[in-house]
Amino acid sequence: MEDRRTPLARARGLGSARDGLHHWWVQRLTAVALIPLVAWFAVSLVMLSGADHMAVRAWIGSPVVMVLLILTIVIGLHHGQLGMQVVIEDYVHGDGWKLALIVAIRFIAFFFGLAAVVAILRIGFGG
Amino acid sequence: MSAANRPVHRPLSPHLQVYRPQLTSVLSILHRATGIALSVGVLYLATWVVYASASPKTYALFQAFNTSILGRLFLAGWLFCMFFHLCNGIRHLFWDAGYGFELKDAYLSGWIVVGVSAAATVVSWIVGLSLA
Repeated sequence: MEDRRTPLARARGLGSARDGLHHWWVQRLTAVALIPLVAWFAVSLVMLSGADHMAVRAWIGSPVVMVLLILTIVIGLHHGQLGMQVVIEDYVHGDGWKLALIVAIRFIAFFFGLAAVVAILRIGFGG
Repeated sequence: MSAANRPVHRPLSPHLQVYRPQLTSVLSILHRATGIALSVGVLYLATWVVYASASPKTYALFQAFNTSILGRLFLAGWLFCMFFHLCNGIRHLFWDAGYGFELKDAYLSGWIVVGVSAAATVVSWIVGLSLA
């Protein structure tokens, strides 16, 4: 997916000089991955909405749920961050603000993602 | 100043105040709005997992909000956003692959998205609560 230009366009040096295609492609890739994950997660969430602490921990700590939940959160954060970047690029016009916000959402996504993964592993491995 | 040089103030397009909302345009902006809501929602989800790894007392504080009327309303709203963004996202993927661009098809798929996401929100509650 690095370069989908036609050979003629490549020879002429046409097309984006930046990484728009990669952004577009990863957004779709994460979207497809999220279709089954999110369907599974939605039903689980309603089931758990009245559950107590022990039941929630037992659910999160089971091996299959651990893997699926990490995938859902990490891919969800990545997809959300890519989408928010587009929203910021469309509606925030000052270059400084634009860059600052895009950097901020990256940091926020990374921080929350790592915190969630550590928490899930802690529950699963009984820390 | 000759007539040709006078600046002409033509309305800019799209001029949202005078532009009649259509299913296609409403669903388009809803896709963004629900996307933003879900981005906040996934942060909340990460927070939930972190609270679950903490002590029962700390988790109880978090769970008190989740089981409140407001918490349930947020969950219902979040689920609708999720199903809408999911269904409309699949619609977008079909467009990306080059299908469904005819006006008739775009309206048909739009109404399907509205119907399925509303139904899925209700069904997820029924299934979730009956399995709980």
